[in-house]
Amino acid sequence: MINSRFFPLMRKEFIHIARDRRSLLILFLMPVLMMFVFGYAINMDVKHIRMGICDLSRTPTSRALIEAVSASPYFDVTVRYEDPRLTGELFRRREIRAAVIIPREFARDLGASGVARIGVITDGTDANTATLAQNYLEGLFLERSLSAGGVEFPVRIKSRILYNPDMESSHFVVPGIVALLLIMIGALLTSVTIVREKETGTLEQILVSPIRGYEVVLGKALPYLVLAFGIAVFIIIFGCLWFHVPMLGSWSWLTLFCIIYLFTSLAIGLMISTLVSTQQVAMMLALVATLLPSVMLSGFIFPVASMPAPLRVVSRIVPATYFLEIIRGIMLKGNGPAELWRPVLAMIAVGLLFTVMAIRRFRLKL
Amino acid sequence: MTQPDAGNETNARGKKASGHDYAVTVRDLTRMFGEFVAVDNVSFDVKRGEIFGFLGANGAGKTTTIKMLTGLLRPTSGTGTVDGLDISNDRRAIKSRIGYMSQRFSLYDDLKVEENLFFFGGVYGMDRDSVEARVSELDDMLSLSGLENRMTASLPPGHKQRLALACAILHRPPVLFLDEPTGGVDPVARRYFWDLISTIASDGTTVFVTTHYMDEAEYCHRLSIMHAGRIVEVDSPARIKEKHGMTSIQDVFIKLVDG
Repeated sequence: MINSRFFPLMRKEFIHIARDRRSLLILFLMPVLMMFVFGYAINMDVKHIRMGICDLSRTPTSRALIEAVSASPYFDVTVRYEDPRLTGELFRRREIRAAVIIPREFARDLGASGVARIGVITDGTDANTATLAQNYLEGLFLERSLSAGGVEFPVRIKSRILYNPDMESSHFVVPGIVALLLIMIGALLTSVTIVREKETGTLEQILVSPIRGYEVVLGKALPYLVLAFGIAVFIIIFGCLWFHVPMLGSWSWLTLFCIIYLFTSLAIGLMISTLVSTQQVAMMLALVATLLPSVMLSGFIFPVASMPAPLRVVSRIVPATYFLEIIRGIMLKGNGPAELWRPVLAMIAVGLLFTVMAIRRFRLKL
Repeated sequence: MTQPDAGNETNARGKKASGHDYAVTVRDLTRMFGEFVAVDNVSFDVKRGEIFGFLGANGAGKTTTIKMLTGLLRPTSGTGTVDGLDISNDRRAIKSRIGYMSQRFSLYDDLKVEENLFFFGGVYGMDRDSVEARVSELDDMLSLSGLENRMTASLPPGHKQRLALACAILHRPPVLFLDEPTGGVDPVARRYFWDLISTIASDGTTVFVTTHYMDEAEYCHRLSIMHAGRIVEVDSPARIKEKHGMTSIQDVFIKLVDG
C-alpha cells in the first residue's frame, strides 16, 4: 500500500519541476520544433526535380512528349541542350538531377517499327529521388506509348487513399512525435531525477529512512510521467489545431494507452539509472536508447516491413513500434481496442519485460 | 565485556528497549567487495547515550561499517544490532529508529530551508504541524529560525550542516549516525557543531560519529581506531593515551596506523 511517506516525495519533485523553468520551457518547445521540422520537411513525395532535356529528334512527336514531362508537377525542365555529351557535365555541375535524351531516330523508329528508345538518366547520390524520378518517368512514358499505339490501357486504376486522402505527412508525423517524445521524455526525466539524487547523496539519505524502494521510484517518477503526459496532450492539441491532424477515436482509450506506454518509459529510465552514476551519462544513454530505435526502427518514418529481418526482430521490442500503431489507429482511423488489441497486448508485454528487468537490477543495486 | 541481550525487544516506537544497555552491538562483522575486504571481522559495542567516535584514515572502512549499520549495505558475514534490532533481518524497523547525516550534508539545494525540513520529516511519516513543532523545539539548539524561506543553496556551510543535522533528528531517533559531519566547515562552526552533538547526547541519544580530525576525537566518550578494515583500539580517549603513553590521540593514531 502507498502510505503517507509517498506524498512528500511527489510534492518535492513537483517543486523541483516548477523551479527549473528553463528545462520546463525546453520540454514544451522541443516538440513544437520537432513538429515543424518533421511535419513540413518529411515529404515522401518528391516534386520539382530539376531536369535536362536533350531533344535530338525535333519532331512533333518528341515535342509532345517533352510537353507531357514539363506539365508534370514532379519535374521542372530547367535545361534544354543539343549535345548529349554535355549530360555528364550538367549532372556534375548540379544543374539537373534527371535527364531525358530523345535520340535522332526516335520519330522514324516509332513510325517504322513502332518501337523507339528514350534515355532516362538520374542522379544516384540521392537514391530515393532517383528511384522516384525513374518511376514517374516510366509511368508517364508507358501511358503515352499505349495511347499512341491506339491501345486502351488494359487495367484502369482507380486509386483512393483512405484516412489521409491528401497524403499530409503531418498527419502521420504528429502522432509519431507523440510516440517519440513520450518514451524519450519519460525515460530521460526518470533516469536523470534518480541519478541526480545519487550524485548529491540525497538518494542515500532517503534510503536510510523507512520509505520503501518502490515508493521512492514511484514517488519520484510519477510527477515526471504527469509532466510527460501533459506534453503529449499539448502536442496532440497543437497538432490538431495547427496541422489539422484529425482525432477520430476516443480520447479516453488514447489516454489509457498513453499511460501504459509511459510506464514502459519509466522502466527504461529506471534501468538506465541503475547503470550510470552521472546525470550527463544518464541523459546521453536515455536519448540513444529511446530516440534512436524510436525514430529508426519503429516505423515512425521507415516502414518496418521494408527492414532487413534482424532489424525487424529488434523493432518488435521497441515499445514505440506498438504505440505508433495504436496512436495512428486511434487518431487517424478512429480505431478502438477491438481493432488494436494486438499492438496493445504486445506493448504491455514489452513494458512488463522492461519493468521486471529494471526492478531486478534496481534491487540488486540497493 | 558483557554480551548484550539482543533477544529482548520492545516494539513501541521511541520507547527505549529495556534489558540491554547497548545502542549498537557488532560481532565479527565483515564486508567484502569482490576480493577486497573493506571491513574485516569487526566487533564492538556502543552504550546508550554515549558519543562513540570512529576514527580512521580514508578507506579504513568507517563508512562501510556505518552503511551496514544503517541498512544501506548488507554484511558479508557477522552480526549486529542497532537499538536491539538485528541489522540483517530488521532493516526496516531499524530505519525509523536511526538518524543519519553524511559528510555531504545531503540536502536539496533548490528547495527552501523549510521545504527540506518538511520533506525529510515527511519521509519519516511526520505531518507539517509536527515538523513545525519539532523545529521550534530544536531552535534553541540549531538557531535556524528566520531562515525558513531562504533557498538552501544560499546558506553558508555551517548553516547547511546544522540544517542537515536538524533533518536527521526531526523524528527523534534513539541512535544518530554521523559520517564525517564536519567536513568542509570552518573551525568555529566545527566547535559549535560538537557542542550540538554533546547536547544531543546528553538528552539520551546515542551518537555514532566518524571523523578523521584528531582533535575531534577528544570530544568522544569512547573511541575506536580503525585501520585497514580492522579495529585496532577501543577505549576512552584518556585511557587510550595512557595505555600508549602518549599525550595526544594524534600520536597514538600515527603509532597504531604506521607501526
